[in-house]
Amino acid sequence: MIKERQILNQQDIKITIERLCQQLIERHNDFNNTVIIGVQPRGTFLSNRIIAKLTQLLKTPNIESGNLDISFYRDDLRRREEPIVPQVMDMNLSLEGKNVVLIDDVLFTGRSVRSAIDALMAFGRPKSVELLILLDRRFSRDLPIQPNYVGRTIDALETEKVIVEWKEINGKDRVLMIKSE
Amino acid sequence: MSNLSVDHLLGIKYLNKSDIDLIFKTADNFKKIINQPIKKVPSLRDITIANLFFEDSTRTKLSFELAEKRLSADVINFSSASSSVKKGETLLDTANNILAMKVDIIVLRHPNPGASVFLSRNVNAKIVNAGDGTHEHPTQALLDAYSIREKYGDVSGNKIVIIGDILHSRVALSNIYCLQKLGAEVKVCGPSSLMPKHLDSLGVTHFSDLKKALQWCDVANVLRIQLERQDVNYFPSLREYAMVYGIDKTILKSLDKEITIMHPGPINRGVELSSDVADSKHAIILDQVENGVAIRMAVLYLIAGRIKNN
Repeated sequence: MIKERQILNQQDIKITIERLCQQLIERHNDFNNTVIIGVQPRGTFLSNRIIAKLTQLLKTPNIESGNLDISFYRDDLRRREEPIVPQVMDMNLSLEGKNVVLIDDVLFTGRSVRSAIDALMAFGRPKSVELLILLDRRFSRDLPIQPNYVGRTIDALETEKVIVEWKEINGKDRVLMIKSE
Repeated sequence: MSNLSVDHLLGIKYLNKSDIDLIFKTADNFKKIINQPIKKVPSLRDITIANLFFEDSTRTKLSFELAEKRLSADVINFSSASSSVKKGETLLDTANNILAMKVDIIVLRHPNPGASVFLSRNVNAKIVNAGDGTHEHPTQALLDAYSIREKYGDVSGNKIVIIGDILHSRVALSNIYCLQKLGAEVKVCGPSSLMPKHLDSLGVTHFSDLKKALQWCDVANVLRIQLERQDVNYFPSLREYAMVYGIDKTILKSLDKEITIMHPGPINRGVELSSDVADSKHAIILDQVENGVAIRMAVLYLIAGRIKNN
């Protein structure tokens, strides 16, 4: 039997994104040396929301951003049944000397973030890299990686799935915890 | 679909359309990677690849080696000219000796048709065919079709004529399979003596008149006259071949449309292509070379994905 529980609804997500944006502004001011990078495929929905909200709050239309595909940098290529099909790499910028905010939806084992940091370095040596996460599944890390900005911290068992749905593909924004028994 | 239907790349004959589409989609990503400031990804850092070249090759070997290095694989190179093959070692013995050094993938170029199929049945490694005699040269066909797709948006619906020595050309055979699987219309052109007997069974018709062929096509893939594979004289002289089947600016200007010229290299300038055509904007020969690296990265990445981790 599959049990499904909603953790965040559309309104919760909206409020959380606003708070995350305020925290980003607190540290990055006008974003003139900051680049926002969404991790493909699912981190880009969150990064697009954040860029839209920041643009609205700061009234500066040109926040530098990109979407990073990490497929070729992963460490589980031959541990899966099927090879990972790459997503679009949209990185028409240099990260040399920039402050990078890396954005993904869920932080679980930390392995994707490790790959993403590796992939980032192909575009220059950034001044700093921070991590922004909508949901932090704490106590389930395989690697010593911690986020700088957290939407919500959740405790979930390894057998439970945390799924973030986005309006663009699923019709509405919500976060679900799925447990199969 | 995120997996190839085959364990080895032995020929285009063994692939289906979704395999080719997957290779192209993966190559799109690698083409971006090789235009990045840092052109290397760590995907195959735990894979060892042996390039076994029993026949001369410059660009295919360089292209494979570059693709392997950009995927971070460990690479060993072998060419028969400087090896124990000269001392009488068989292909199977050579391959098994190399495999004993824990090699995961073999890229094989061999003068005998079917050498890669033979090796795939007898050794425990993934095989990528880099040309086996007059049989197939699958990565060349993939990069040719990929270059057509890049230029026209799609391969399907285009008319492609392959010009030259079809009889001895593995590039021609692989190209015919590949382009037909992708929905293009393929015809060939060249002296009748250089046409294989089984052309009809491939669903391909033959132009003996170059002008008519060029007038019909969108893309002309021009092949090199492979004198090294010709055991008897198939035409009177290279000069006569160049007069009848050589493409120059004059014949291109006489057409009522612009066509694209491709060539797998190496070009015999003044024989199949004149220099002004080879260096003109019609020719996408250097794009083919760049795409070759991306295609080979995609093939190796997808084949490596089929090696089970133990």
